[in-house]
Amino acid sequence: MLSFWVAPEDADQGISQRIFYFHVPIALTAYACFGWGAWKALRLLWTREERYDLESYVAVHQGTIFGALTLATGSIWAKASWGHWWVWDSNQLVLFLVLFLFYSAYFMLRFSIEEGPRRANVSAVYALFGVALIPVSFFAIRLAEDFIHPTTFTREGPQMTGTMFFAFCVSWLAISLVAYTLYRVELLGKRLDGNLRELREALSGVGLTEPPGAQVPALPGPERGS
Amino acid sequence: MSYFADVAALARKDLRLELRARDTLPAMLLFVLSTLVVFHFALPTGADEVAAQGLLWVALVFTALLGLARAWAPEREGGALEGLVLAPSDRSAIWLGKTAAVFVFLVLIELVALPAFAVFFSPIQAEGVVGVLLANIGICAVGTLLAAMAAASRTRELILPLLFLPLAIPLVVGGVGASVSTDPGRYLLFLGLYDAVFAILCWASFEYVVSE
Amino acid sequence: MIRARGVEKRYGRRRALRPLDLDVDRGGFLVVTGANGSGKTTLLRLLAGLASPTRGRLDVDLDRGRLGYLGHEPLLYRDLTALENLDLFGRLYRVPQRRERIGMLLERYGLWDGRGERVASYSRGMTQRLALCRALLHEPELLVLDEPFTALDAEGAELLDRQLAELAGTATVVLTTHDPGRVEPLASGRLVLPGAGAG
Repeated sequence: MLSFWVAPEDADQGISQRIFYFHVPIALTAYACFGWGAWKALRLLWTREERYDLESYVAVHQGTIFGALTLATGSIWAKASWGHWWVWDSNQLVLFLVLFLFYSAYFMLRFSIEEGPRRANVSAVYALFGVALIPVSFFAIRLAEDFIHPTTFTREGPQMTGTMFFAFCVSWLAISLVAYTLYRVELLGKRLDGNLRELREALSGVGLTEPPGAQVPALPGPERGS
Repeated sequence: MSYFADVAALARKDLRLELRARDTLPAMLLFVLSTLVVFHFALPTGADEVAAQGLLWVALVFTALLGLARAWAPEREGGALEGLVLAPSDRSAIWLGKTAAVFVFLVLIELVALPAFAVFFSPIQAEGVVGVLLANIGICAVGTLLAAMAAASRTRELILPLLFLPLAIPLVVGGVGASVSTDPGRYLLFLGLYDAVFAILCWASFEYVVSE
Repeated sequence: MIRARGVEKRYGRRRALRPLDLDVDRGGFLVVTGANGSGKTTLLRLLAGLASPTRGRLDVDLDRGRLGYLGHEPLLYRDLTALENLDLFGRLYRVPQRRERIGMLLERYGLWDGRGERVASYSRGMTQRLALCRALLHEPELLVLDEPFTALDAEGAELLDRQLAELAGTATVVLTTHDPGRVEPLASGRLVLPGAGAG
């Protein structure tokens, strides 16, 4: 929000300038999430510990959400700056489009494989491919300029003064914190789901059946004496 | 080295299977030719030769996908993949052998497709051909691995194209660039880079794709 | 040779094998029985190295190349002939005097005449015999056999009986069966897996 207060100093640029404060940090955060996901994937393959699978998945999930936001804010930026909802000129945007397609396929892949070590391994390898794809795609898109469109502007258009840079950094920090929080929340939520399931199974295994749809308390209540 | 002996034995096995069944190659051949004909009708008059070069790549990528979809079918049918995984040979040899075989199939198809393209649309320069060969390596290496991943999935025929196309984009850029650009060397170098990076990645990670 | 402590296998929420401890000495002959779904196949796959335990510790003191496995699927190429299949696996397993060994096995199991036929054209019994040949091709020190008697006709079962009798004492064998009486005389150990797993 700070960016909205500080940025009015550059109000002559209007929406285009302000979106920039969101768009770039969101993009950077998305890259960070994908990188984090790939790191966890590597840890999974290296140590074979199950927990890394969930951590990798959640990171990729966050990355994809932020990637979608990058595309959305980028599209708004494009409309505001050049009057089109989409421009192929922005390498960053095109890169994100490719990555978005790639990581969307990640979820389709993951949800079509049965839970287990196979799914974890395959997802991890794919996440690693994603991170390799980022620089390779970037170069590809740069090279493609030659015969697609000549670029007519520099990517990071506006130059930033001191206060603007400060606002940018604050925005980046804020968005990174949001991403990190969402990551922890989602991870916690999924872990809790898993624990509840295990508890449910353990209880039903002991012979205590529960009516369908009953909420299992986090601690066994007094009425479930065993 | 016994590693390469294993790879050779495995690749030979795939070539023998295809020679016997003769189902994938003819299908790929017909597919690529049909696609080229469709492109003729899809290109309005006045579209330049350069645009047509791009279409060659579309045809090649989708033809490769067709072949890749069935790449692991023999291993699936009798459970032979587990037999290979059990063997003392390096698991990456399984991937490399299969990739080599798919490469051969793709080249065979291109021996017909490229001249057909030259006749239907416009001639292809030498750099374009080199580009095709370099891109083949990338297509086969990555495609074979992704096909193995897709085999683990419930929706295997559906998912392979989704997995493959984003990874194929840099290859298309490299290939088209090599054909149309004034400085094809850059693009060929880029294709080599792609091949190196992804081949190593595939080679190292195949083991994990087939293990539980 | 085999030592398992608290070995468990789960596929996500589904538990395929309850935690178990196991010891098999070199030269031992373990017969594993249990109801359907109790995890016999999973256990054998873990022993063969086709899967890794989710929890617990499993030590199999053997190189991959000295292990022979027979599963529910024949692990063969349907469109290759018996000869071609065994030749491929013979190369991968670095079997010395490959051709002689293949010939000997095929003859022993009554497959010599059909050696040039594609496996797809075999009956189920013949396929099972060929799968057995594949498992025995490299003279393994450890044989892991998952219900090897299924699909075998009387003659095939007899051949297997003889083979197992030969192996008992020289190689280590772990097998599952629904007919434990058949291999009872050879068994040095018995393991019964408790009922179908939860979930």
